[in-house]
Amino acid sequence: MSVSKVPMRDGYGKALLEMCEKGENIMVLDADVAKSTRTVWIRDKYPERFMDMGIAEQDMVGTAAGLALSGMIPFASTYCVFLAGRAWDHIRTTVCYNNLNVKFGGAHAGISVGPDGATHQALEDIALTRVLPNMTVIVPCDAEETRKATLAMAKKDGPCFVRFGREAVPVVTDEDTPFEIGKARLCREGSDVTVFACGAMVFEAQNAAEKLAEEGISVRVVDLHTIKPLDEEAVLAAARETGCIVTAEEHQIYGGMGSAVAECLAKHCPVPMEMVAVNDTFGESGQPQELMDKYGLNQAAIEEKIKAVLARK
Amino acid sequence: MNIAELKTMARTVRSDIVTMINKAGSGHPGGSLSATDLMVGLYFGGIIKVDPADPDWAGRDRFILSKGHVAPVLYSVLARRGFFPVEELGTLRRLGSILQGHPHKGSTPGLDCSSGSLGQGLSITNGLAIGFKKQGMDNRVYCLLGDGELQEGQCWEAVMTAAQQKLDNVCAIVDYNHVQLDGTTDEIKNMGDLAAKWHDFGWNVIELDGHDMEQVVDAFEMAKAVKGRPSVLIAATVKGKGVSFMENDCNWHGNAPSAEQLEKALAEINGEVQA
Repeated sequence: MSVSKVPMRDGYGKALLEMCEKGENIMVLDADVAKSTRTVWIRDKYPERFMDMGIAEQDMVGTAAGLALSGMIPFASTYCVFLAGRAWDHIRTTVCYNNLNVKFGGAHAGISVGPDGATHQALEDIALTRVLPNMTVIVPCDAEETRKATLAMAKKDGPCFVRFGREAVPVVTDEDTPFEIGKARLCREGSDVTVFACGAMVFEAQNAAEKLAEEGISVRVVDLHTIKPLDEEAVLAAARETGCIVTAEEHQIYGGMGSAVAECLAKHCPVPMEMVAVNDTFGESGQPQELMDKYGLNQAAIEEKIKAVLARK
Repeated sequence: MNIAELKTMARTVRSDIVTMINKAGSGHPGGSLSATDLMVGLYFGGIIKVDPADPDWAGRDRFILSKGHVAPVLYSVLARRGFFPVEELGTLRRLGSILQGHPHKGSTPGLDCSSGSLGQGLSITNGLAIGFKKQGMDNRVYCLLGDGELQEGQCWEAVMTAAQQKLDNVCAIVDYNHVQLDGTTDEIKNMGDLAAKWHDFGWNVIELDGHDMEQVVDAFEMAKAVKGRPSVLIAATVKGKGVSFMENDCNWHGNAPSAEQLEKALAEINGEVQA
């Protein structure tokens, strides 16, 4: 597949700009990483809708909660580790317990953050956010889907968390590709096995499916962009129709998207399942692709797990 | 209300506090009693704009109880102000009650925000104040903090934010009672000169006796008049104020009085026994 590459964070920034252009009642907050999250685009063009909270993530989340209480729609933006991690209690008790209309943009997600190393590689944020009542958790697959997810969050009442990476990644959707919160997107039909992927792993899963088709294996690929609320219908249909499941995500193996799928399957339709994820370890410094390869987050790893799960069918 | 009426209301609220905590069998009397005069001044002294007949009125001022564990004083004040029947106070901390152990938005009429995890209220206050200014609204936002709570670093992040954003619609109140759960604030983590700290960060600081009702009402009025920067009332108070055996004793931070202790407390509060 030959496709252009764009960082997902560009989609976040573009969506925020679009909303400012339309005069939506939003406020964009950042914690001193505005250039990284692309909220700098708002700072430069719509300064009245932007606030830099300084290096104070907890204060940023609390301030966002207050803004929501005043009737505005705040977007609290910073690196995932410092948002879902450092400010977790604030997200839990102040935002989710109050069920406030606060939106979270979690940037620099996953191991592909690269040379900054493990401190900055968020691999736990899906687990940390999806456990919270009232919360919506979205992991888009490319810049365009990030743009749509950001716009969709603003229309949905209540706390919403969108997670996106730093690196330029292939753009696999376009303006006309449908996106609906809570509705998994079928990327490729298949009958032998289903891969549920999120984030940049969707592209890897599609490539794996293409490759295995040459070997006569029919792989369904589903972009499971919304981790919560989970599209149980799509998960169970895949289990019934293809009989086995592989999940693929740039996150710890425990507690993430794969766990959400496993919970659903165990309750309603247990079938053989394999997970592609970071295997209960921290990351390290390195080039993004080197890290994705070393930690088993690539096409080859998905192909391997597909074969493993097929053998268990 | 005039000053004499406010003082009478403060006795009523203190009686409510010890009564409801006794009935619940748990709760936080010490900080509720120290904040009583401040809360009565705010809600009955013509300071905060609220409408009990329309608790969600958009034009109302907001109150954020950052030290959420002193919910009993807020519940009593809201009930006495007419937001819900006083009888509800007897349901504190019970299953299904509108009065949760710590404040919960949506459960209690007149309550603006959930709280209970310390250190977060001033950030929420600032967000509301910024939102009101952005939307051209003149609502004011009040926030009650504990002095022990100021050991949470986030408080100082929020102190900086309010000054940076020139939030003159914010009025913070520090219930400066010098006692926290495990002991005195000086023993545990001495915060030094609180007034100087807030002043250095750019706040208008008003120091007062938090049990002198005239000073309380005056301080709130002074804060309203200041433009271009936020105001903080640093109110010298006594933990457990009004009940001699609770005063300045950290063991009454989070304990319920027995029936016998309640009787003694009520007698003292209502002036039948010299405290």
